[in-house]
This record gives sequence, C-alpha cells and structure tokens, in this order.
Amino acid sequence: MSLLRSELRMIADWIRPGSHVLDLGCGDGTLLRYLHEKRQVTGYGMEIDQDKIVKAIENNINVIQTDLDAGLSEIESGSFDYVIMSETLQAVRYPDKLIDEMLRIGAEAIITFPNFGHWRCRLELFHGRMPVTPSLPNTWYNTPNIHLCTITDFEQLCEDMSLTVLQRIVVDRDHKPSVSAWLLPNLMGEIALYRLQRQ
Amino acid sequence: MPETIPADSVGLVTPQKLVHDTPLDLDCGRALPAFEMVYETYGQLNAQKDNAILICHALSGDHHAAGYHSMEDRKPGWWDTCIGPGKPIDTNRFFVVAPNNLGGCKGTTGPMSTNPETGKAYGPDFPIVTVSDWVHSQALLADHLGIDQWAAVAGGSLGGMQALQWAIDYPDRLRHSIVIAGAPRLSAQNIGFNEIARQAIMSDPDFHEGRYYDYNTIPRRGLMIARMLGHITYLSDLSMRAKFGRELREGKINFGFDVEFQVESYLRYQGKSFVEKFDANTYLLMTKVLDYFDPAKEYDDDLSAALKDTQAEFFVAAFTGDWRFAPQRSREIVKALVKGRKTVSYSEITAHHGHDAFLMPIQDYMDALRTYMNRVAQGGAQ
Repeated sequence: MSLLRSELRMIADWIRPGSHVLDLGCGDGTLLRYLHEKRQVTGYGMEIDQDKIVKAIENNINVIQTDLDAGLSEIESGSFDYVIMSETLQAVRYPDKLIDEMLRIGAEAIITFPNFGHWRCRLELFHGRMPVTPSLPNTWYNTPNIHLCTITDFEQLCEDMSLTVLQRIVVDRDHKPSVSAWLLPNLMGEIALYRLQRQ
Repeated sequence: MPETIPADSVGLVTPQKLVHDTPLDLDCGRALPAFEMVYETYGQLNAQKDNAILICHALSGDHHAAGYHSMEDRKPGWWDTCIGPGKPIDTNRFFVVAPNNLGGCKGTTGPMSTNPETGKAYGPDFPIVTVSDWVHSQALLADHLGIDQWAAVAGGSLGGMQALQWAIDYPDRLRHSIVIAGAPRLSAQNIGFNEIARQAIMSDPDFHEGRYYDYNTIPRRGLMIARMLGHITYLSDLSMRAKFGRELREGKINFGFDVEFQVESYLRYQGKSFVEKFDANTYLLMTKVLDYFDPAKEYDDDLSAALKDTQAEFFVAAFTGDWRFAPQRSREIVKALVKGRKTVSYSEITAHHGHDAFLMPIQDYMDALRTYMNRVAQGGAQ
C-alpha cells in the first residue's frame, strides 16, 4: 500500500524538523525519504517483506527487517521522538500491544488506518458482503488486514489505554480533509490519522 | 575446471605479497618482528583511490576470494558468487582487495613460516592473534596500496567480525561496514564447538605439541574430525536432510562401522580433502581468534558503547537457517547501532542453507547485497 502525497504531507506537518523517527511497516521507504527531505529527520524503517527491504535500501533508507508481530523489545525505551505506523495497524497481530510499545520507545505515536466505519464499508456489509473499497482493496480470504476497526473503535481503545489524542485528521476518499469527513468522521472518513501520547 | 572462464568471473588471478619488515605489536603483548601478507586484487583502483573494497575471510578462507589461479582449478575463489564483473561486488566499478590473514597457512606469515629467532617453523610458538591484530595488519596493506579510506570493508562470519572491528578501530578509514552472518561475540555453544575441534587436533598422536612439521607428519585424524564437526555446524538440519537424507551408499545396511550412509561418506571426504590443504596449527589459531573476539568487553559489555565512535554506514545481513551465528546474533549488532543512532540497514534472508548461506548465490541475498553495493558506489561518487 503506497501512501498518497497528501497523506505524506499531513504526517510531515506533524513532525518537528530534525526529529528521530521510527516508521513501522515502512514499505519501500517513501514516507521516511519524504520526511528526510522535508523535515530533515533521521531514523529507521521496519519492514518484513524482502522485496520492500531491497526497494528501501535503493531509496537510501535505513531499513531493518523486522516482524512487528514479534514485538519491539529490542528497542530501548524513549529512543525516538516519533514512532509512525501508517496503514499497518490493521495488519498486525496485536494492535493494542504494538501501540503500547510505540509509546514506550517513542515520545509520540502517529498512526493512520483505513476507517472500517466508512459508508462504503457499511453499504457493502448491508448488502451482506465483506467490503472491497479503494482503501481496502483485498477480498476477505487474501487480505493482510486482520484487525480492521472504525474511528469510534480506535478512539475507544485510546481511552481504554489512557492515551491522549493530540491531533486527528480524517480524510475522505480523495484523501483530503473535507467538511463531510469533519462533520461525520466515522461515516464519511476513509482514512484516519492520529497523533498520540501517553496521558 | 573451467574450460572457458565465465564472462562474470574476474578470470585468472595471481596472488601478490606485502613484505612488512618492521615489527607489528600484537594484542597478546608480543610482536611479530616482520611479516608477509599475500593478497589478491580484482578490478582497478580509480584515480581518487576511493573505490576500494576490503574482503575479509572467515575461519578456513584465504586471499583467493574470486577467479581462478589456473585453467586446471576445479573451483573458483571462495566468494566468487559475489565478486566479479556485474556481480553484487562489481569489479567493473570496485577495486577489490582480499588478503590472507596473519596466522594463515596460504602464504601469509603464520605457524608454518620460519621464526627468524630460531630458524625453524613457528609451529605452536606463533603468537595467538586477534581480530584487531588482523585489522591493524590490513590497515598496513591499505597504506601500502595507497588507500586512505575503503569504500567498504565486507565479510561473512569471522570476516564480518573484521568488518565490525574495522569500524571501531579505524572509524575514518571506511565508509561502509558490511557484516554478513556475523556475531558480536561467540556464545558458549560456539566456543564449545571450537574446543571440541581443538581437542580433536591436540589429542591426535601425530600432533606432537604442535611441532608435527619436525616429525614430517600432520595430525591428520584430528584435523579431519575438527573439520567434519565444523562442517555440520555450517549446514542446517534441513539442508543436510535435503542433500543426504538417510540415503545408503550401497542401498542396504551392513551391520558394520564402515561408511554406510551418504552423509558419512560426504563428511569423511570433506574432512580428508581439508587435511591436505589446511594447517592444523592455523586451524587452532583461527578458533582462538573467534573465541576472543568481543569488542564490547572493554566497554562493560555495552556493544553500543564500543560502536559509539564509528562513522561507517552499516549493512548487516543474516540467514534464517543459520544456527551457528543465528539472526538473533546479527540483531544484537543492529540493536546496538540503533541505540547509537548509527546508519544501519538489516536484511534477514530466508534461507535453509545454514551458516554457509553467506557463500551461496541465494537470490534475495544477492539482490539485497547488490542494492546495498549500489549505495556504496554512489557514496564514493559524492
């Protein structure tokens, strides 16, 4: 899943220049490269897929082959200013534990995920089918997304984990903030972006 | 035997020799009054002298890393899969230098060389060297070749340890450190295997306290057993199963102790052929170099402290089927580098070949190394 330009920009806007960041599920390193160019960040990407590792090396990114499901215990607490996980949360085995780990090793966490509460998903479910949408293009049997959630679900988790939402952006199907997504985020928002810290 | 030299081979190569005639102080407190070091080079050193790659060999390796010595050679150099025109370590753009380390038995000063103080072979009197000693002697070779800074120092296994030590000992003399199937130090299990190898050699009646040259013999049985044991640890259960299974040489068991299973035949063959081309005192020495390697020791076992002043960018790679230096050991290196905010990339290659995977043309491994070497080449151009 490659990130759209608009999303890169929104994440970059949240990041203080010169920060030290860790990008979980960094793919080919597009985000880190963008953040390096626009925000002069240092840091690392973590990725499990070998082909993406090679692409990230090609992209001049520090990439560390890691299975996020095996945890981040090898990283020391407080190592990073930001730990980012863009559109990966729904594909990990223990999302809550991973968020907890992100805020152990980083001062802040930036998480983006596809909103399963979006009206398209609801419509498809209403018709009795698992949703296949632009932001969730896989069918149920071959999807890597095993922990889908809605915006309401995610915010409930944040509350349960005593996390403070510092910033939230909900974007529509064009990956742009819109009035409808602002008014009815859980219905009209396709992708949600959060900046979190511990209370 | 190559009937014709393959297009992606460095071709026929001739070893060269560095003669260093001033003393070299060693970690053990002793000094070598002088030493010779054989090495091979592939490719051309550019005018800026910034495209040189140092290749460090592992326990039983030597300076013959790529190409052929003659058209009669059965096999090319030990890392021919990675070094050559168009290969991951591309000799069209890099100048590759591969030395034989001190204590070796392939032409560099070692136990078989003449001790100038006695006029006889050093044998067991050859000082036990360390990875740092090797790195210092390799730096003298770099001086000799006019190379101020390596584009990269690369190696697998014990060779990877040298690449790591280089970054620690000469932070500004290399731009990249490439550590493949390495470890920051040996585990008790690793040292245990080395001790069995040493005991096999030293308990051979032909060992004569290491002075077997005087008796015109070699501790053949001991060295053979040491190599057979080592060989098993370089493979994996899966690769041995795939290669031999329980296949019988004669198709039936004979209720005896001769060779029956194919794997027995293979190990004996490997052991026997190794005895003909490797010196037992060098083998003992190499296992000690491995056992002693521990750069974190001087820093309260804090590897990130040991790596604090390094300036090189690191590429670390490990193989899932390697249980001799398992990926976990490479991740210890990565962890220390990440803690120190060093530039590092890590690739954990899925491969069942065991520790020897670093010598194999595994596609994912070749792709990752090739891509990283592109980065090395671009760094040299900046």
